[in-house]
Amino acid sequence: MSSDTEDTTSGSESEASDSAKANSTLDFIEKLSDVPMGRLPPNIEFQRTRVECKADAPIHTDTFQYNGAYASMGVDNNLVDSFCDNFKVEVINLTEDEMEFDMIGIDPALANAFRRILIAEVPTMAIEKVLIANNTSVIQDEVLAHRLGLIPIKVDPRLFEFTENNTPNEKNTIVFKLHVRCERGGQRISVKSKELIWLPNGSEYPLEPQDTKSDSSSKPKTYTSFTCSQDSLPEFSDNPIYPTSGDITIARLGPGQEIDLEAHAVKGIGKTHAKWSPVAPVWYRMLPEVIISQDIEDEMAEKLVATCPVKVFDIEDIGNGKKRATVARPRACTLCRECIREGKGWENSIALQRKKDHFIFKIESTGVLPPEVLFTEAVKILEDKCDRVISDLS
Amino acid sequence: MEHGSLTDPSQSTFSLVDEDHTFANAVRFTLNQDPRTKFCGYSIPHPSDNRVNIRIQTTGDAAKTVFTDSCQDLMVMCQHVRSTFDKAVVDFRMSKSVNGMDIDSNN
Repeated sequence: MSSDTEDTTSGSESEASDSAKANSTLDFIEKLSDVPMGRLPPNIEFQRTRVECKADAPIHTDTFQYNGAYASMGVDNNLVDSFCDNFKVEVINLTEDEMEFDMIGIDPALANAFRRILIAEVPTMAIEKVLIANNTSVIQDEVLAHRLGLIPIKVDPRLFEFTENNTPNEKNTIVFKLHVRCERGGQRISVKSKELIWLPNGSEYPLEPQDTKSDSSSKPKTYTSFTCSQDSLPEFSDNPIYPTSGDITIARLGPGQEIDLEAHAVKGIGKTHAKWSPVAPVWYRMLPEVIISQDIEDEMAEKLVATCPVKVFDIEDIGNGKKRATVARPRACTLCRECIREGKGWENSIALQRKKDHFIFKIESTGVLPPEVLFTEAVKILEDKCDRVISDLS
Repeated sequence: MEHGSLTDPSQSTFSLVDEDHTFANAVRFTLNQDPRTKFCGYSIPHPSDNRVNIRIQTTGDAAKTVFTDSCQDLMVMCQHVRSTFDKAVVDFRMSKSVNGMDIDSNN
C-alpha cells in the first residue's frame, strides 16, 4: 500500500482495481456495498473531522496526522498536498489592537505553533535596565524597575537590533527619563507612564564623576554611546517613541518624595521575560457546531432557549400555533454543556460538536504592533526556523 | 545535529538546540504527512535543556532527506498561510471601506 499512498485518491482507486484483477476475492470484497473505496464511511469521517462533546467528556479528540491512516480504505490522508487548495482565512473583526479571524483547513500543530510564537518569540522593545539616581518614594527600586519593564512601548521593534552584549547604541537601545517630584505641602500625586520622556540622544548620566574644571567642551562619557540622535533617523523623525498608553500608574508620591531615573529599553522575546510578549492574550478555539437531531417544540423549546446562557438557540413558528427550537448562533457556544445535561428531556436531541480544522483565532495586541502585522511576523519566524534547520543539516 | 548509524541512513535522531514544541510538533505533523516516513516522534529530554530530539525512521530513503523535505513542506505551508492571510486582511479592509464604516486611517 506504500506506493499508492503517494498518489491522490483517484490514483489509489485505479491501482486498487489493478490488483483486483489478479485477485478475485479482493474483487468480491471491494464490490460489497459497505466497502467504500476512496471515501471514508460517514462514521469514520465524523471521527476524523469532529470532536463530539458529550455531557461527561469530549470524544474523538485526536487528529489523524499519519498520511496512511486510512490507507486500508483507499483514502489518502495527506493534507500537505491539498493544503494550498483548502486553506482559507476569513477576517471577522480587525481594529487597531484586536483581531479575530477564522483559519480553515489547518492542523492544530500549525495553529498552535503560530500561537506559541506570538506569545513567546515575536520580539518587542521593553525596559530592561533602570538607572536610579534618586528614589525616595515608598515603592522599592526593584519593584519600580519591574513595573517600568512591563510598560509596553509603541515602537516598531523591527527597526532595532538585539543587544547581544554590545555597548548600548542608537540601534539597540531606547532611553527614557523619568523625573517626578511631589512638592511639600501639596497633594499626593500619581506618576503615570506619560511622564516617561524619550531621550533621542541617549543617556544623560555621566559614566564617571564629572570633573568640572578639565575639558568641559568635550562630551562626557555616558551609559550609552550613541553616534547620532535617534530623532535624526528618518524612521523616528516624525514618529516619536512613547509608551502605548500614557495612563499606566507607575508609582504614587507623597509630599517631599521624588523619583529621578533613566530607563533603557532593549529588544527581546517573550521567552526570556513576559514583558517582551507583544500580545495580551492570543487564543484559538475550534468552531462549535450545535445540531438538533429531533424537533424540540413548544414549552420545551422555550425552556431550552432560556437554558442557554449565551443564547445559542432561538424559536421559530412552524404554523398551527406551534413553535420549534432552532440553532441561531452556534458560534457563540462556549460549550458549557448546560443544554445536554441529564434530566432536561431534550439532551439526546442535541449534539455539540467542534470542527477540528476550523480555528477561531483571536489576537489582542498590547499596542506595540497592529495584530495583523504580529501574525505575519509570527509566520515568518516559523519559516526562519525551518530555514535554519535546513541550512544546519546541509 | 544528527545521531544516526553509518550503515543505515534510513533511521536517525536529530537533536535541535534552541527549539521546543513550537517547531518540533509542527514538523512532526509534516513528517507524518510524508509517505516515506515509517515512524516519527519528538521528545524534550529535560525541561531545562534547550533541546529537542526528533526521531525519524523511513521506509528506505535517508532520514535526513525526509527531514529536510518536511521542513521545506512546512515552509511552503507557512508561505501560503502568510499570503492567504494578507489577502484576507486586504479584502476585509476593502469591504469595510465600501460599507462606509470607519477605517483606521493609518493603514
